[in-house]
This record gives sequence, C-alpha cells and structure tokens, in this order.
Amino acid sequence: MAHYQLDARRLLCPMPVIRAQNRVAELLPGDVLEVTCTDPGALNDIPAWCRINGHTVLATRRDGNEVIIDIEVGDGT
Amino acid sequence: MSQIQRKAVALVSGGLDSMLAVRVIQEQGIHVEGINFYTGFCVEGHTHAIRKKDQGKDKRNNALWVAEQLGIKLHIIDIVEEYKDVLLNPRHGYGANMNPCLDCKIFMVHKALEWADKNGFDFIITGEVVGQRPMSQRKDTMPVVARESGAMDRLLRPLCAKNLPATLPEREGWVDREKLHDFSGRSRKPQMALAAQFGFSDYATPAGGCCFLTDEAYSRKLVDLWQARGKREYEMDDIMLLKVGRHIRPAPHYKLIVGREEGENNFLEGYRKIYIHLRPISHTGPLVLLDGEASEEDIVLAARITARYSKGHTAEQVTVQVTGLDGVSRELVVAPLSPDELKPEWHL
Ligand code: SF4
Repeated sequence: MAHYQLDARRLLCPMPVIRAQNRVAELLPGDVLEVTCTDPGALNDIPAWCRINGHTVLATRRDGNEVIIDIEVGDGT
Repeated sequence: MSQIQRKAVALVSGGLDSMLAVRVIQEQGIHVEGINFYTGFCVEGHTHAIRKKDQGKDKRNNALWVAEQLGIKLHIIDIVEEYKDVLLNPRHGYGANMNPCLDCKIFMVHKALEWADKNGFDFIITGEVVGQRPMSQRKDTMPVVARESGAMDRLLRPLCAKNLPATLPEREGWVDREKLHDFSGRSRKPQMALAAQFGFSDYATPAGGCCFLTDEAYSRKLVDLWQARGKREYEMDDIMLLKVGRHIRPAPHYKLIVGREEGENNFLEGYRKIYIHLRPISHTGPLVLLDGEASEEDIVLAARITARYSKGHTAEQVTVQVTGLDGVSRELVVAPLSPDELKPEWHL
C-alpha cells in the first residue's frame, strides 16, 4: 500500500482529473495518490470522478491557493 | 447457458443527447461506459475557473455529472496534441466558424473504436440525431462518420437509429431496434419528452455551447493568431490565452492581451515569464501581456493602451511598469490613449 504524489498545479479542469485518472490507472488497489491542484474546480471534479469509477476520496484540504485531494485506489468495480 | 454481457462505449459530451442515448441502451441490458474527449477547446471548466465573477458558480464538469446520473464509468481522454491535425487540416472543411465538426466526429468515433477494441467493448453509441446539426449530423454525413472512423456498423445512434440502416448490434439482436428512436431534425421536443420519461432534469443546456470553435469571436482570434505568426499552428497556452481578456492588435507584429478583471489578471500572471508585460503602478489597472515583437515605439503605445484601461484613464499621466523577457522592469510615464486614438479595428 504505497503513497504517491501528483503535481497538478496550474492545470485547469479537466486536466487535473485526466492526470489523476492516468496515474491511478498505474497504481494498485489500496494505494493512495495525493493530488495537489490550484484549480478549485478539482474539488468537484476529482471526487465526482472517484465516485463514478470506484475509488475513494480519503480527504480533501486547502493550503493557501492549493487544494490537496487524497485518493485511495479502488479495485476497479 | 448465460448470455454474453454485451458492452457499449458511449461518446459522452455532457449534453442531454448523449445522456439519453446511454439510458436507452442501458435499458436494453447493455453494459455502458462513457468516454469524453478533451480537445483543449472545450468550454468545460476553464473560463469558470478564470473569471472572478464566475468563481462562486457551480463548477461541475457536465460529462462527469452525466456519468454519475447514469451510473456509468467515464474515461476522459486528452487528445490535445492529436487534435491539432484535425483542426488544422480538416478533410471536410469547417462549419460556420473554425469548427471542423465532421472531421472531429470522425476522429472521436475512431478513438472510441480503438478504445473499444482495446477494452473488449462490442459497439459504440453517440447521441447524434439526423438533421440536428448542419455539418456532422446530416443524413448524408452520418454514414461518412461511420465509414471514415472505421466503426462501420458498430456505430449505433440510439436516438435516430430507426431512420438509419440496421447496425450490427441490431442485426445480432443485442439490442431491439423497435425500442430505439426515430428522432430527426432540429426540434428538441422529442429529447425533452424522453428526458421527462426518464426523470432527467437539471441537465446542461443542449447542443453547441460546449466548444469554443463554434464561437465566432474565438474563431476570429484564432485565425488572427495564425495570420500574425505566418503559420497555422498553436500550443495549449495559445488556446488558453484566446479565452481570456481583451485582445488588441495595434500592428501586425504584436498584440496585447488585457485582463478585464481580477480573475483574468491573476490568470495572466501565470504567463508573465514568457511575455513582455505591462502594468500601471500609479493607478490600479490591468495586467497586459504583449505577444509578438515590439520596438520601443510599440512599447510606448502598449503602455498608453495599458493606461487607457486603468483607473487613471482620464488622468494626464500614468506610470506603467514594463517588464521584459529578461525579467528586468522599468517605468514609463505616459498619457493614456484617448478613446478616438484607440482604433476599433485593433480589437480582435
Ligand atoms: S462543436 Fe467542437 S467538439 Fe463538437 S463536433 Fe464540432 S468541433 Fe467537435
């Protein structure tokens, strides 16, 4: 169960979702991906994408202009 | 013996039509997943994220929202690079603006076909309706999409299938043709009725408004960019910047991008390192990027234009900070350009 990071800063939606999606595809169920974004739209889009595709958002937080989203990779169902 | 679970991949734009098409096919027991393409010109998200006044608005991504309503997976595919060839060299030409809709549809269906083959999906569905759009959804162009994308009879349009020859999923009995639809033409009434029947509400306003290439002002700026550079090409930054600010071209060799409000100024800030930029310092005012090559005389004019859009536009003098590509800043004290000096034809 590894922990990974993804820098999606300065990308505008839907690019952060696409980057997260492509990275998640390379990880194993149970792995955690921490995505850092500056487009606040990611706070809607990434959780929506996770709900649809069977992954879990463990936490979201704001740090100044950045939003950080922790995704736990699901088993693809 | 249990039947094979057939699978379809749907082109999901975020609009009502693709949403309906998916539900029609889901109702027939087909497993559906969605695919959404990001060309760089999609209206989705961006401008909402940029303009301050829009930042409070709900920034949902419609394709994701639609997928969630339908309970399907959605795969978003970045086609920004490959799309350049579609836009720059469309075999079937452009629509009313710079929208190469027919080539775009062919390309997207082709990509969906590749995805379907790779992931073990049987056929492709779209929300297209015969006669709905002047270019890509005509009775004579719909077969062109099927043929040139390579999808052939594996491309099913559930909303108008009864107006078209039977496709593979229909002939094989994976779907019942009788339960498909025969919509045609520009009327939205049948779609509205079907949406009501499925209990869909709050869907995005349909058709047209999801792609900057159908926008006249945007297309004009894109053509201007190509003319000014003497070649038809673009990078992601170019596409983004065309969505932001006031674009003013005082001479063929350079243009100015003037932030219209705080959100746009903040967005333009991100480009400071790669453009000469100007900002009034004696008065509040916009951040202005200079795209192109500029002589000293041009820079003075650019500073006067910057002053014109500042709070000091009626003042005698405004101090404008000019920062070059080397990061070195200097100050120019200029008279704001008067309204009649700012030629209407400079506005792109
Ligand atoms: S409107 Fe834009 S995205 Fe839609 S088919 Fe035309 S070019 Fe493609």
